[in-house]
Amino acid sequence: MSDGDDMTRMRIAATAALGFLLTAGPVRALGQPPAGGAQVNDYVPVTSVPAAEQLPAAPMVIGAYAFLWVVLLAYVFFLWRKMKGLERELADLQKRVQSK
Amino acid sequence: MKQFLRVAWIVMRKDLTVEVRSREILYTTAFFAASCVLVFAFALVREGRPMEDAAAGILWIAISFSGTLALGRTFERERQTETLKALMLAPADRPAIYVGKLLGIVALLGVVEVLLVPMVGVLFDATFWARPVWLVILLAAGTVGFTSVGTLFAAMLVRARSRDVLLPVLLYPITIPIIIGGVRGTAALLQQTPDEPMIRFWASLLVFFDVVFVTLALWTFEPLMTE
Amino acid sequence: MDQRLKDARIFNLIVFAAVLFAIGPYFVMSAPVEQTMGLIQKIFYYHVPSAMMLFAAAFVCGIGSAVFLFKKHAAADRLALAAGELAVVFGIIVLVTGPIWARKAWGVWWQWDARLTSSLLLWMMFVAYLLVRRFGGPGSEKLSAAMALFGMANVPFVYVSVNYWRTLHPKTSVITEGLAPGMKAPFWFCVVAFAILFTVLLTLRTKLEKDRAVVEELYLALDE
Repeated sequence: MSDGDDMTRMRIAATAALGFLLTAGPVRALGQPPAGGAQVNDYVPVTSVPAAEQLPAAPMVIGAYAFLWVVLLAYVFFLWRKMKGLERELADLQKRVQSK
Repeated sequence: MKQFLRVAWIVMRKDLTVEVRSREILYTTAFFAASCVLVFAFALVREGRPMEDAAAGILWIAISFSGTLALGRTFERERQTETLKALMLAPADRPAIYVGKLLGIVALLGVVEVLLVPMVGVLFDATFWARPVWLVILLAAGTVGFTSVGTLFAAMLVRARSRDVLLPVLLYPITIPIIIGGVRGTAALLQQTPDEPMIRFWASLLVFFDVVFVTLALWTFEPLMTE
Repeated sequence: MDQRLKDARIFNLIVFAAVLFAIGPYFVMSAPVEQTMGLIQKIFYYHVPSAMMLFAAAFVCGIGSAVFLFKKHAAADRLALAAGELAVVFGIIVLVTGPIWARKAWGVWWQWDARLTSSLLLWMMFVAYLLVRRFGGPGSEKLSAAMALFGMANVPFVYVSVNYWRTLHPKTSVITEGLAPGMKAPFWFCVVAFAILFTVLLTLRTKLEKDRAVVEELYLALDE
């Protein structure tokens, strides 16, 4: 049975490789993204915005960093809870084995 | 190879025969697609004029949504009549069965698209016939790509719980490049002067997607469908 | 290797990673301030390593899923699950710190930037992975493995199509082409810190899954 599977897979691989070779050339030739198309870099330096309207950067940097810690710690807590659950189950299993 | 094609042809013919007799999935899918178009029309038309590129977007959204529906219904029917189990037990190459189902659903969606394109064209004043060959290529490549992933997922979800909602959950993120390619390609086609290089670029991307994902699906169909 | 020795090594790595994270900000603050964006660019020092870990996790999950599907090694599936969870975790970090940076630098939270959009899609694929595992019922390991595999194969397509989807819009390149010399050291320091953390979490989670499998086997054996 596994021989048949391997044969089928090899056949599929060969056909796919052939398909790739046949289509890759023309598709690449056709598929060049059209040149041009205005690629304006729309970075407006924020310093040109009047100071009164500027958002304070420092709280945002710190806030983003704090968020990162919160997410990572939440995941670690999730892992810790799972581990505790497993330990409880193991203890329960041990009791059941001993009572047998 | 001949055996492979024969099996695929038989499976596809069986699906199409069943469908032609009842036409249930065809009618419901076509009507759903039309309703989709109307819903989006009301959402995206302002003061009687559709937003820019709305026609292309609405067409592909309708194809995507009704395609998901058609996939779900097709495999639900297989599940209820337990024919999928019979198919899996048959001494046929599993990937050939996959190809047969794929072609059947592509044919079904093709018929729906034949109805959908004129409808969208008329309702949104979109000149789909400006480049008919390119339109067919875009639709064919997009539909095959969408259906290739969809058939695999729908088949493997047949035995899962929550299969109705899991199919869209799995299918939509994976088929986003199809939507992008299809919509941008169609939008380029619908412009005042169709932007041929753009259409070509997006069509090539769709074809590449098809090659990669049909291959991947053929590769994984067997391990996925066996216990 | 002795189990306690293994545990000790992991514990040391955790402590090391924590220390790195603690002193990281000093490095980051000592780096030169970027000219165009100013202070907010400092988010780059942990936004980009998080994105790198997102892609690393996606890669590990995809490879693990492929091995599980074709070779049927259960261990590969456990690794894939751990990697899938980490992909979601680091993805959340990327997708929140990115818009915070964007809000200050560009004035809007989101601008369909090619990289952020691709990351969003990748993240959603791994959320779908976890959803299928949780709600797919029996046999959901294989289903999610297929999802991970297709998701990984999709990454180049997503990137290319989202990138060129935006060709007619202004191209926003978030990372400047070359890093100024003063910025390289803090950046790579952060990358190393994240990489160590990633490896530690991956190992811990995989081991947890293995322990869970052992416990389930014990339950089954006991019930016979």
